[in-house]
Amino acid sequence: MGALRFDLRDTPPEAPALRAELRAFLADHGRNWSPTVRGYSWMGFDRDFSREVAKRGWVGMTWPRTYGGGERTALERYVVLEEMLAVGAPVGAHWIGDRQSGPLILRLGTEEQRRDFLPRIVNGDLAFAIGLSEPDSGSDLASLRTRATKVPGGWRIDGRKVWTTNAHRCDFMIALLRTSPPPDPRAKHQGLSQFLVDLRSSGLTIRPILDLVGEEGFNEITFDNVFVPDSLLVGKEGNGWEQATAELAFERAGPERYLSSLPLLTAALDDLRAEPAAAETVGRLLARAGTLRQMSLAVAGMLQDGQTPAREAALVKDAGNDYEQALPETLRNLFDPDRTPAEVQEMQRVMTMVARSYSLRGGTREILRGIIARQLGLR
Amino acid sequence: MSDELRTILLEQVDRLLADNAGPDLLRANERGIWPERLWAEAEALGLPLALAPEAMGGAGLGWDDAVALWQVLGRHAAPLPLGESMVAAALLAEAGIAPPSGLIGLAVGSAPVAWGRRAGHLAVLQGREVALRAGPAGQEGRAGYARDPADAAGPGAALATGALPADAGLLAGALLNAARIAGALEAVLDMTVEYANTRKQFGRAIGGFQAVQQLLARCAGEVASAGVAAATAGRAAARRGLAGAEFEIASAKVVCGEAAGTGAEIVHQVHAAIGFTDEHALHLFTRRMWEWRDGFGAERVWARRIGAAALARGGDVLWADLTGRDER
Repeated sequence: MGALRFDLRDTPPEAPALRAELRAFLADHGRNWSPTVRGYSWMGFDRDFSREVAKRGWVGMTWPRTYGGGERTALERYVVLEEMLAVGAPVGAHWIGDRQSGPLILRLGTEEQRRDFLPRIVNGDLAFAIGLSEPDSGSDLASLRTRATKVPGGWRIDGRKVWTTNAHRCDFMIALLRTSPPPDPRAKHQGLSQFLVDLRSSGLTIRPILDLVGEEGFNEITFDNVFVPDSLLVGKEGNGWEQATAELAFERAGPERYLSSLPLLTAALDDLRAEPAAAETVGRLLARAGTLRQMSLAVAGMLQDGQTPAREAALVKDAGNDYEQALPETLRNLFDPDRTPAEVQEMQRVMTMVARSYSLRGGTREILRGIIARQLGLR
Repeated sequence: MSDELRTILLEQVDRLLADNAGPDLLRANERGIWPERLWAEAEALGLPLALAPEAMGGAGLGWDDAVALWQVLGRHAAPLPLGESMVAAALLAEAGIAPPSGLIGLAVGSAPVAWGRRAGHLAVLQGREVALRAGPAGQEGRAGYARDPADAAGPGAALATGALPADAGLLAGALLNAARIAGALEAVLDMTVEYANTRKQFGRAIGGFQAVQQLLARCAGEVASAGVAAATAGRAAARRGLAGAEFEIASAKVVCGEAAGTGAEIVHQVHAAIGFTDEHALHLFTRRMWEWRDGFGAERVWARRIGAAALARGGDVLWADLTGRDER
């Protein structure tokens, strides 16, 4: 099958001690997380919690010490991520910065950008949003129209971004913008650039959008003549598409692409002892969880080795999304309203609703399968 | 076994099968014609005893090496009972009985013995006991899906007996079938991608249609999952023995079994009518995938086992159990 390879990786030798530390920390801080908080998991936003996580060195933990990082391995970071997700911790305030904005700045940013932004992400002081989708550009991302026009000393931004998770609570976004018109309609991937945009800039308005769960999870952002200095262009002008695509390897590679609903299985397990049909269902769910975990670890190992496993990540995300999306539905068939604890039923309801987003966020199922199909050699 | 040696061995086996196996040999198997030359070549490479320790005439290969090798067999739809014979030799050796050369029929419980009629010896597993008997097996039969010879062991006197951990035969057989499914899935996916890129309808290759692409992308996810599940099980067995790898082997049998079902469904859908014919080679693979998913415990059996164990352990330790197996 093409060049897709998943070589098994072990977790690092530090894992047991790290897990013990995390489990104690999470048991302490997670005592009062509601079923809704856990159901939102990494889309949940709790800045105080993120600062506590940061204090323990678990944000930017692989980055160079020069920028406040911990110079630990990608696989140690992986252990931290999966422990957070397994209990549905509200990690949104540091998740994006740690996962993709920080690494992007580290890889392609100027020295000034690194010194300015990275230590603040590491401290949990700077929360990032992802500025990709627009009202008329979803899966067809390269058709985006929000424009950055060159002016003396910087750029002026006009247009709109939408579905930007937690933007109204964040400090900065990395926005993909059009800096020059495409040379022809088929080359729309050219002429895009990435910018660091201060979400408190003048001319920028953020309107929260209520989601179907009843939470203000995402937003519409309007740019009306918003000024961004030259110093906040990330990477190379016109190279935004390649940069953003590489970034997606980070965005799609993590354990958050199969673990989003696992807290429900954990919470429900004791109740399911009373359900005779549960053993087989639980067994199938565990077999898949263990396998997805190994696939996800294999991708993490490739990232650790400095590769960009974009296609492997797409495949694991697609398989993982199927799994995490089906889980609340599967367990629902084993619940009994008269028997199953109210908080477990509540978490199931929340996750049934939130799960719609699993196969949309970070690239829809259809887009991912298109990527996989091309990898297979289908045209 | 070192990665380098393993790669060499796998390439050797792959070449052997590419040169000597194929649809004709599979069809011959189904008519009860013994693959004489291929078996002789496999013996010349020392494969049947490869899992036995060197002191017993084997090569001391680990279960992880075995999984990689069985995956290659699966990629060629395994037109000989080599995997079964390797398992029989490994289990005899583990019970302290030197495995004889030649085909050893694997008889686990009341399950039929692949090519038992040609077996020089039989390894008969009942409960924790393994008995070495003289072959061949008694009554001739035929596997339901694969149509390969699958014979009943029948009664017989033991040449030697030994003890094994509980379920060793079932676990090793499940590992074998999971690995073969993972390999066969790779083969049918490749066949189907090639077909989709050459078969033209509405003026273009059907692989260009999104509906077909979506199906095959989903199939690729199942193929990758099966491969990782089988490899994980092999690694666990190499580290902790068969009994210590029960969770991983069970998981592999569940995931590979499910993938066999979904994968076969998709590759047949894309091949359409031509894949439904006897003439086309696709069913030589898919029928074996269905055979292997039922053999040595279907998904249901293994899922219940690990599910019941997890329920007994409780939600508080679910995640710790899932992450702790390779971190002790």
